[in-house]
Amino acid sequence: MLAYALRRIVGLVPTLFVLVTLSFFVIRLAPGGPFDQEHGLSPAIRANLDAAYGLDQPLAVQYGRYLAGLVHGDLGPSFRYKDFRVTELIGRGLPLSLTIGLAAAALAFLTGVPLGAFAAWRPGSRLARALMAASLLGVVLPAFVVGPLLALLFGIYWPVFRVGGFEPGDPSYLVLPVITLALPVAAYVARLTRDSMGDVLASNFIRTARAKGVPTRALLWRHALRPALIPVVSYLGPAVAFVITGSLVVESVFGLPGSGRYLVEGAIDRDYTLVMGMILVYGVFTLLCNLAADLVYGWLDPRVRLE
Amino acid sequence: MNARLGPSIAILGVLALLAFAAPWLTPWSHDALDWQHLAVPPQLEASHWLGTDRLGRDLFARGMQALRVSLALGLLATLVSVAIGVSWGAVAGYLGGRIDAAMMRFVDIVYALPYVFIVIILATLFPRGSLAALFIAIGAVGWLTMARIVRGQTLSLRKREFVTAAIAGGVSTPGILWRHIFPNVIGTVIAYATLTIPQVILFESFLSFLGLGVQEPYASLGSLINEGAQEMETSPWMLLVPAGLLVALLAAFNALGNGLRRRLVDHG
Repeated sequence: MLAYALRRIVGLVPTLFVLVTLSFFVIRLAPGGPFDQEHGLSPAIRANLDAAYGLDQPLAVQYGRYLAGLVHGDLGPSFRYKDFRVTELIGRGLPLSLTIGLAAAALAFLTGVPLGAFAAWRPGSRLARALMAASLLGVVLPAFVVGPLLALLFGIYWPVFRVGGFEPGDPSYLVLPVITLALPVAAYVARLTRDSMGDVLASNFIRTARAKGVPTRALLWRHALRPALIPVVSYLGPAVAFVITGSLVVESVFGLPGSGRYLVEGAIDRDYTLVMGMILVYGVFTLLCNLAADLVYGWLDPRVRLE
Repeated sequence: MNARLGPSIAILGVLALLAFAAPWLTPWSHDALDWQHLAVPPQLEASHWLGTDRLGRDLFARGMQALRVSLALGLLATLVSVAIGVSWGAVAGYLGGRIDAAMMRFVDIVYALPYVFIVIILATLFPRGSLAALFIAIGAVGWLTMARIVRGQTLSLRKREFVTAAIAGGVSTPGILWRHIFPNVIGTVIAYATLTIPQVILFESFLSFLGLGVQEPYASLGSLINEGAQEMETSPWMLLVPAGLLVALLAAFNALGNGLRRRLVDHG
């Protein structure tokens, strides 16, 4: 198992290499450079700027330098934030973004799985039907609609939570962002669990367990939940990608100093190194979560052999 | 008319009618400034039925203009992604073997990339707010699901007797795809295409919300929501109007698509 995990982690390196190479060259194809917005630069100053950032070198040399920096854990200098390394910028915002994202993912799975399991166990009940109707709405509503609406409702009309800004150590600022981010994931997880739990509950081994008198609670938790979770776990990877997308929105709606905004700002300002740094960091997280999902598979389904 | 499909078709019809008839329904255009009525709530006076924004622009006119963008882009991008997806899936599924494996491997790889990355990279490639960037970004992601579904259907279709008969009768491969495969997958394609439209609309609003999509003086539901969110303390209607429009649009298309899928695919 451990050997398998290690092998998979090593296997990520070529994927990351392709990601870095592709994004490096595609971004450099873009018209406009990072210093285009600075007006009135004399050609000499412009040339000096380019030279200082190594932009006057041939593309292959720049690429080589970037890769050399990467190996040393350096993502290069930011072009727009003067005197900052990309590593510093991302390192500053990332802990907050990760906290929100992980809390949202945890909240989504911890609420979605029991709700979906309940809906499968008592399919006709009024509560189950209400839950599933609500989850349909939750899947449809995007974070950039839910976020402002929640802020309006619970931040302004009925001020229970803080909205806008952030103070370290005060979690009341994070409640609404986390709920916003968790809501669509929870809704989708609930629907997934409902469907797979429904299939499992109709299968033969459950009927056998029921026939030999296994109490309902043990039947649900011990027998049905594990196989029912398999499709839910495979959603873990996409869920993390979703939470990353959502964190861009949530951070801008609630004014949180996370790292998500660098992705958009960097794209607008042509801050090549910043965009690439963000893509790389978020890409690593996405790949790691897909890996984690694969590993959990083996534990949930003994028929899957990880060798 | 099936009871499930009726309401969603009615909602979509009303929204589309309002969107395209709006220039004749309101005296205001999407970029006209009314200095007498800055940030006023919905009212009958001066025909600002849904209120105005901070610059005095009529929210009904702007909302309907945004709705036109969403509907047009949604339909157009869906058509393009359906055309690519169906051809890709049908060719891969029909030819099979190594070609199929290579084509679907490509689909898997693009599928695995978080779509934000694709979009951000594309947004850096094109000048800000160019609709071409939006369009390519949406098209690049939209066709993948369609290709997978059509490939699966084609795989089972190509073993059927009527295809064998057509091959024996000397019909060319493009002829078989066009005359025998496409007509048989059309129901599935229509159902999933209807479900692609809301995704495209959501995608466009998301990009515009971030400032990477439709640019001033034109409005998108996403950019309107972004503006509204900044003013919601004093003028909540600026947020509620575009948010309501977007939710109604998405919910109606999703309900229609799910209803069609139930009728055309699951019990087809």
